[in-house]
Amino acid sequence: MQNKEIIALLLAGGQGSRLGVLTKNIAKPAVSYGGKYRIIDFSLSNCINSDIDTVGVLTQYQPLELNAHIGIGKPWDMDRIDGGVTILSPYLKAEMGEWYKGTANAVFQNIHYVDKHSPQYVVILSGDHIYKMDYSKMLDFHKQNKADATISVITVPFEEASRYGIMNTDENGKIFEFQEKPSNPKSNLASMGVYIFTWEVLKEYLIRDNQNQQSDHDFGKNIIPMMLNEGKNMWAYNFVGYWRDVGTIQAFWESNMDLISRVPEFNLFDPAWKIFTPNPVKPAHYIGPNGSIKKAIISEGCMIYGKVKNSVIFPGAYISEGAVIEDSIVMTDSFVGKDTYINQSIIGENVKVGNRVKMGLGENIANELKPSLYNSGITVIGEGVFVPDDCTIGKNVVFDNGVTEDEICSLNIESGKSVLKGGKCE
Amino acid sequence: MKSTMGIILTGGKNNRLKELAETRSSTAVPVAGKFRMIDFALSNMVNSGITNVGVLTQYSFRSLMDHLGSGKEWDLDRRNDGLFIFPPSLTGENSGWYQGSADAMFHNITFLKRSFEEYVVIAMGNCVYNMPFDDMLDYHLDRNADITIAYRDMSDLPSEELVHLGSLNVDDGGRIIDFQEKHNDPKYKTCSMGIYIMRRELLISLLDECASHGKYDFVKDILITKIQTLKIFGYRFDGYWRNISTINAYYRLNMEMLDPKVRNELFDSKGKIYTKVKDEAPAKYNDEAEVTNSIVADGCIIEGKVEDSVLFRGVTIKKDVHVKNCIIMQETVLEENVKIENTILDKSVVLTKGINLKGTLKFPIIVAKNTKV
Repeated sequence: MQNKEIIALLLAGGQGSRLGVLTKNIAKPAVSYGGKYRIIDFSLSNCINSDIDTVGVLTQYQPLELNAHIGIGKPWDMDRIDGGVTILSPYLKAEMGEWYKGTANAVFQNIHYVDKHSPQYVVILSGDHIYKMDYSKMLDFHKQNKADATISVITVPFEEASRYGIMNTDENGKIFEFQEKPSNPKSNLASMGVYIFTWEVLKEYLIRDNQNQQSDHDFGKNIIPMMLNEGKNMWAYNFVGYWRDVGTIQAFWESNMDLISRVPEFNLFDPAWKIFTPNPVKPAHYIGPNGSIKKAIISEGCMIYGKVKNSVIFPGAYISEGAVIEDSIVMTDSFVGKDTYINQSIIGENVKVGNRVKMGLGENIANELKPSLYNSGITVIGEGVFVPDDCTIGKNVVFDNGVTEDEICSLNIESGKSVLKGGKCE
Repeated sequence: MKSTMGIILTGGKNNRLKELAETRSSTAVPVAGKFRMIDFALSNMVNSGITNVGVLTQYSFRSLMDHLGSGKEWDLDRRNDGLFIFPPSLTGENSGWYQGSADAMFHNITFLKRSFEEYVVIAMGNCVYNMPFDDMLDYHLDRNADITIAYRDMSDLPSEELVHLGSLNVDDGGRIIDFQEKHNDPKYKTCSMGIYIMRRELLISLLDECASHGKYDFVKDILITKIQTLKIFGYRFDGYWRNISTINAYYRLNMEMLDPKVRNELFDSKGKIYTKVKDEAPAKYNDEAEVTNSIVADGCIIEGKVEDSVLFRGVTIKKDVHVKNCIIMQETVLEENVKIENTILDKSVVLTKGINLKGTLKFPIIVAKNTKV
């Protein structure tokens, strides 16, 4: 086997619990985004566009959808004889088997995978960010500095800096201090969760970290601070461009909406940096005689007989005559009935919304069961839900995945209510 | 499907398609927003479980080769079998160009001999239809036929286009009793769809015999001459079927894609139609977009008015543009204030600011590939 200079490890095991029902059955990297993609497509496409053809994808939480999506890596040209994409799930060992206990532990448990390719460098990525980045430039920077570790950082507003891991650097970019979610940040350079390590160095730290019972086995909390304390040569690589952690319902919705502005900050149309994803095998979409589409992105296989405004519509969605979709996201193969009005909502895959439904109207009251998740006015309908005709649905409402007609007790669902699977009507 | 292989014929030069088929085989002509003509025959074969397919090509096949590649998109990049493309070649026995459809197959008789499938489906690559071949093979076996030809009542085509087809008559038992190839005044409205099923061994012997008599056309020199001596049956198909014998047929075919019934039959039935993937972003509509009764493929950016039209992948429609009854192919750009009606724009055309083009439904204007107006 040919040695690779650099290989990538993509951490795709997280649930992304703040995305609520969207990540109930699938891992966050598998969540649909931007009209035809899934979140992980951006990291995977970045890899292949940066000439990294060997990628280990570390999965743990609900991996079925993700595994099916990645397959043997065909869409990303990663079906290679040497290298390519490999799904690395937790496994049983001779002495004991265990789940991945943290990001660093996940990589620790796959040291043999990396060693098999004996790369000089590894890039550690998280599969849940939306951005386009040339990792090969970051690698050049890493090599120039003869660094042990290079951490990609993005400038964030100071008032938001306390939500991130903050790097404090000298004027050249050499890191002297790292603060995890500091209340008084000294700089506004936030870690993007993209790390390049010199493999020999990282390997040693992973092994030592694993022996430490007190450790959370996390890159941000343990590995990076330990390396800094021991005076390793660590650099911050400045990334300029669009980068979003679509970790909450609101952030997810906003980032999708960013794509429909006239000249989006995040351009999916760049022929030099295509984003790849499995092909849905559907014909071009159709707009009916009375249809209207303004400020929206529409995917293949859609049938638009109604009106769509400020929205993102995924492949195979059907919008009936007289229906109006505004400020919303409609995912793959969902159906919207006649004269239905949908405002500020996220409609999951394979949902059927009946006729004359009104959704996303009323007062902005946070969700009663999960106010921390659903509070920005966005109503979320889980996958496979059936919404009956003439239903009125408020804001911050959530429908559990697969809710059927018998589980919906009233045709008037006020703002902040939840419709749960298996719920019984009185 | 029982052990069956496929052969796709791509035909010769078609002058009636004018600029559209000047630099490409008629099987590689773009259609319905994202497909090429050959996608239909090829996908039908794949959907019928055929995994050994030979494409015989001769006229201007670069774009066809580019489109088919290794057959990946049709799942035909196989360890065994898969997709084979046969352009003409000079050998000790072959004189080069194919003289006709039978000659083309005879040149590649090794492919037929080396295959081990019992049956072979031969189909023209320039027709649009969604039909699994399984039922046709069942019919073929049921009738104990030597050859089965798919046919259809072509009353829904303008009569001037029937002269480009093979008109045939079937008796009550389904046997073909009369066949006229491309007759100036065809007797019957029922015409061949250019799809044939027979045993592979029979095909080999028919091709051998044909070649030994110095003949080269599969229809004229084999089917028609054998109509008495072989059991040739007709398999009736009642679904949607079109070919692109003329520019008008091509234009009408694309416009028919706007009909939901036609689209559902072609694309929403069990057998999917596969094509080469371009990894374009979904289409983007800006605030000023006004699009009605149209097909729009991925990668388009629309800021103008589009009615009753078909837009292929990556088309850009700028502000104050008005498009009506048009077919606009891949990567074409319409700058501000362009007005076009009844026009076919081939790939990568640029219409600069303020251009006006107006054809008629009968005589659409055609703008050739890579033209900047």
